[in-house]
Amino acid sequence: MEQTRDKVIISLKNVDKSFEDERVVKRLNLEIEEGEFLTMLGPSGCGKTTTLRMIAGFEYPTSGQIFLEGADVESKKPNERDVNTVFQNYALFPHMNVFDNIAFGLVEKKVKKDEIRRRVEEMIKLVRLDGLEKRMPSQMSGGQKQRVAIARALVNRPRVLLLDEPLGALDLKLRKQMQVELKHLQKQLGITFIYVTHDQEEALTMSDRIAVMNQGNLEQVGTPEEIYNHPETKFVADFIGESNIIEGYIEEMDEDAIWVTMESGKARIGERGYRLEEMVYLCVRPENLKLSTEPIEGFRFRGQVKEHIFVGSVNKTMIELPNGQMLKAETPAEDELIPVGTVVNVYWNPGKAVVMRTAEEQIYNVIEQSVEIEGMTNDQIF
Amino acid sequence: MKKQRRVHEFKPGSVFYACLVYLFLYLPIFVVIAFSFNTSKMNITFEGFTLEWYGRMFENRQLMQSFFNTVIVAGVSTVLSVIIGTLCALGLYKFEFKLKNVLSTSLYIPIVIPELVFAIALLIFFTSLNISMNMATLIISHVTFSMPFVVITVRARLAGFDRSVEEAARDLGANEFRTFMRVTLPMISPGVLSGGMLALTMSLDDVVVSFFTAGPESTTLPLKILGMVRKGVSPDVNALSTLMIVGTIVILLTSTMIQGRLERKM
Repeated sequence: MEQTRDKVIISLKNVDKSFEDERVVKRLNLEIEEGEFLTMLGPSGCGKTTTLRMIAGFEYPTSGQIFLEGADVESKKPNERDVNTVFQNYALFPHMNVFDNIAFGLVEKKVKKDEIRRRVEEMIKLVRLDGLEKRMPSQMSGGQKQRVAIARALVNRPRVLLLDEPLGALDLKLRKQMQVELKHLQKQLGITFIYVTHDQEEALTMSDRIAVMNQGNLEQVGTPEEIYNHPETKFVADFIGESNIIEGYIEEMDEDAIWVTMESGKARIGERGYRLEEMVYLCVRPENLKLSTEPIEGFRFRGQVKEHIFVGSVNKTMIELPNGQMLKAETPAEDELIPVGTVVNVYWNPGKAVVMRTAEEQIYNVIEQSVEIEGMTNDQIF
Repeated sequence: MKKQRRVHEFKPGSVFYACLVYLFLYLPIFVVIAFSFNTSKMNITFEGFTLEWYGRMFENRQLMQSFFNTVIVAGVSTVLSVIIGTLCALGLYKFEFKLKNVLSTSLYIPIVIPELVFAIALLIFFTSLNISMNMATLIISHVTFSMPFVVITVRARLAGFDRSVEEAARDLGANEFRTFMRVTLPMISPGVLSGGMLALTMSLDDVVVSFFTAGPESTTLPLKILGMVRKGVSPDVNALSTLMIVGTIVILLTSTMIQGRLERKM
């Protein structure tokens, strides 16, 4: 416990932020460890950029605290914080050349001239901008500007680098290349990166951990594998990758499995810890959804094949359930396709489906747990 | 980026028309320049080349005094207008407050109301405060009419200003003042410069406002010239006018060059 405490570099405690009447960040609690690549992922307007700006010092929390290396930074201005930012639109100084842009922070810190020269040149090599020292920002491509912005921040050797959708303006190919470069750079330098993006693929490729945000709430924090394979909320399941989300309730239960009844069928799932009649969401990734013309043990779930879409490596099959909901299944391109119009049995590997409580059930559970805790303390008191 | 230029074939009619327009614009100026070198005192026929009038002009003590007055008034009022106007534009850009629209619109009123009305208003204002007209009242008056032009040009420059550049400077360790000096000011400098140029030229050739707000000791060059031509346009006025034309062109070219260099960098 003590050891992990030492490694926390930024911690947000009950951070709340409102702009006039709009609450954009809601009681956010998050701990960021030293040296990790943490991505804040969410749709636009979810509060991720605001959170980043609060860490940088451009915005102040309405309530709650932000700790940088254990110290409350409330009274600190952006220029007094040991973090640097890479801005979405690069925000290079248009009247300065590449060298002066990168040297800006060092000049402000009154570093000696020859050391500035040495460190800036080292950075220029690191981001592979050799020979462009004298270029003005207006004479550079988007990718080059991006490298200058990264070098300008990193040359100050910050404890934490904040990146606000830094690759948003680049084309797809360059973006992919920069993703790899950024990840390498972060590993090489060992600096904590907090990266904001709305691109889930980018988040999955680069991050050590992902914090998924939605409407000011932190939905889930975890490794890319955890987020992808074990989404905790319907939003996370829906936002990250493709998902089939089916609503149902628990009709039967035994020692090691539950039967989930849906409008269009029933399925047996190896999960425990639910109540009878509880409402749940069932989430199955398209690559885990399987189709068969034969009945499958544990499933009573049928639909009609509506359409096949060839997308290169895989075939996407759309299946319509009796209630009209469409499901997506992905099968390897070389597999034989079931003809359109066939009624098929839908099934999946029982370990590959995720059961999630609906929002109302989550609230119910929290209340139940707090009642239990209260009961416990009462017992202890008496 | 290179702009695509369409080569246009001119018709004789349009060439003739264009020549007329330019002739109309520049002929009077050429006449003044030509007669400033004329040996004859009469501005009717050109009799021979002389530099006499230029010499006489420099010997004229009063004329030289009003020239220095003009330089001082124009210089000081331009510097003041640039400082006040730039700060005003920055304030209107950065902050949101009540009555902001009213305040920013009312800045432009001195520009649109007739100059004579404005000048009389200033005269009444100063006399009602029992201030006699001198260099200071003249400078204050010039600032009041040239400052709005600085606000306009700086605000136009700020319209395309990316706020995150200032944030980047703060993020890199610069405090408010350093951010202004190293980032904001250099970025808006073309606007500041052209605002200053406007203020300078307006002050240099102002007659109406100066007429009402200058004291006996603070006569400016335009006022002096106005006084001289009452007795007829003498050749030394031609010489003075020629020098003023040359001076204006030099200032204009320099400022265009500096501005071009500033903007090319960005």
